[in-house]
Amino acid sequence: MGQTTAEKIFSSHLRDEPFPGTKVLDLDRVLCHEITTPVAIADLEWRGKDRVFDNTKIKAVIDHVTPAKDSKTALQAKILRDWAHRHEIKDFFDVGRNGVCHALFPEKGYIRPGFTAIMGDSHTCTHGAFGAFAAGVGTTDLEVGILKGVCAFREPKTIRVNLVGQLATGVFAKDVILYVIGELGVNGATDRVIEFHGPVVERMSMDARMTLCNMAIEAGGTCGICQPDMVTVEYLWPFIQADYQDKAAALADFQKWTADEDAEYDKVLNFDVTGLEPQVTYGYKPDCVKPVKDMTGTKVDQVYIGTCTNGRIEDLRQAADILKGHLIADTVRGIVSPATPKIFQQALQEGIIQIFMDSGFCVTNPTCGACLGMSNGVLAEGEVCASTSNRNFNGRMGKGGMVHLMSPATAAATAITGVITDARTLSA
Amino acid sequence: MKKTFGGPSIFLDRNDINTDEIIPAKYLTEVTKDALKPFCLEDLKLEGFDPNGSKLKKARVIVTRQNFGCGSSREHAPWVLEVNEIHTVIAESYARIFRQNMFNCGMLAIELPKDQIDSLFKLEQSSKEGVEIEIHLEEQVIVASNEMSKERFNFKISPFDKALVEAGGWVEYADARY
Ligand code: SF4
Repeated sequence: MGQTTAEKIFSSHLRDEPFPGTKVLDLDRVLCHEITTPVAIADLEWRGKDRVFDNTKIKAVIDHVTPAKDSKTALQAKILRDWAHRHEIKDFFDVGRNGVCHALFPEKGYIRPGFTAIMGDSHTCTHGAFGAFAAGVGTTDLEVGILKGVCAFREPKTIRVNLVGQLATGVFAKDVILYVIGELGVNGATDRVIEFHGPVVERMSMDARMTLCNMAIEAGGTCGICQPDMVTVEYLWPFIQADYQDKAAALADFQKWTADEDAEYDKVLNFDVTGLEPQVTYGYKPDCVKPVKDMTGTKVDQVYIGTCTNGRIEDLRQAADILKGHLIADTVRGIVSPATPKIFQQALQEGIIQIFMDSGFCVTNPTCGACLGMSNGVLAEGEVCASTSNRNFNGRMGKGGMVHLMSPATAAATAITGVITDARTLSA
Repeated sequence: MKKTFGGPSIFLDRNDINTDEIIPAKYLTEVTKDALKPFCLEDLKLEGFDPNGSKLKKARVIVTRQNFGCGSSREHAPWVLEVNEIHTVIAESYARIFRQNMFNCGMLAIELPKDQIDSLFKLEQSSKEGVEIEIHLEEQVIVASNEMSKERFNFKISPFDKALVEAGGWVEYADARY
């Protein structure tokens, strides 16, 4: 019988099976940020086990609240920084070099097809875009990952999502994933891997694939996985060229992680995206999804463009395309946080930062910022934000605030009019 | 260290209670578990529920519906329960990361089918004093009682999760084995 991508990765990384169905895997990457790691470090110290299993496989970044906004966040950053220095973790990113983890680590080439990775962050599923198995975990799993380089999982079951048809102009990966989550529901993929297939995914860039996989967790999924192909090879080529004779050889090697034709799936879902409209959320759960046209006219106070979902260069380009030559409504606070310094610089060179600033946006340094309501754009009670992030929970961006999730294009159009707007109705 | 399970309960009658409701993100800047203690379920809006009420203070068990603990991976969610001595949650289902975090901390996340969760809620609705829950881990049995009646339920947990609870958590387990 054939295997899914996750099953192939599980078989190749199996360290132990203490009980049937419980797989303890060897980890290629243990990723760390300053919110969930300091407690793991403190606990390891308290146990007298302040060690790391392999300082080249551990990568760390300060990204959630940076530069520190108060003494507490300064302390969290300091604990991570001191620890990284103490254990000579070379790939540690501090102020000036830091960016949102799920944008920064892929951009550095740390994630490869067939890898296993964990992080104390639920959106670790993003890295599955490379054909890897990457899962968000809690602090104890992270702690054991740091100490031993292993993590336990249940046998992976996989939902196969086939995306066929043709996306209309002005409709993006974000709209697709919002729609899919609306169909699956917030726990439709719990304990499942979501494997994305089909021509729509094959045509997507790595940026778009990361947007797709990023929100797998919003349906409860352990990881979103795309099949490695030439797009993956091209993206990773600067980092792997020493290892392969040419791109074809890299492709052949990567494709050993492709799911087998006769792999068994828990469920197979087919979505034809032809005619799909831009999507937006309307409630406090990411599966409360509607076409933008049904929400048109909803007033917003803030527009937030950035995050691990949509803070990459293509996202900024999409927003800038809409914003160019427009001013944002004077009732709106526009905030854009390019996800990494590299993306920021690229946006500068392409004139995108200029467009954002000309239109009235505030440009912040790379950080999670407003996404989790801790800095750089927290909402007041009763305020509404149009956001390119991935979570709309009650209070997420500030107590009593409401968040509507949408694509960067929809967010940009909404900034211009001050009310939720389908970008395609603007350009006419 | 192995934990104690069971005791007075609190019932949260809603699906999809997320980790932001269990412990709001603004407290993630704390670097000790104990500091989280006063903020348990602070942002949960639910009829008849008071995060500062005596019912929550006394509770050692939470009974709830589907997909409890969805949202962020923060282990602060089980920790805030742990420091409030709530070592047991009984629900119809959980978000994966939350459930694993519970067992990793040596705590119990028990799953029961809908009709049994319904029976527990009935027991609660027909009582004045609330429902007391005993957990018999070895036999994998729950005994829930109010002033008038008593009900038994069998529950299943995986042998691995049970081993974690018995070891006191995943760090202890992994350290002894890998
Ligand atoms: S951008 Fe938001 S969702 Fe992504 S890692 Fe940061 S806080 Fe989490």
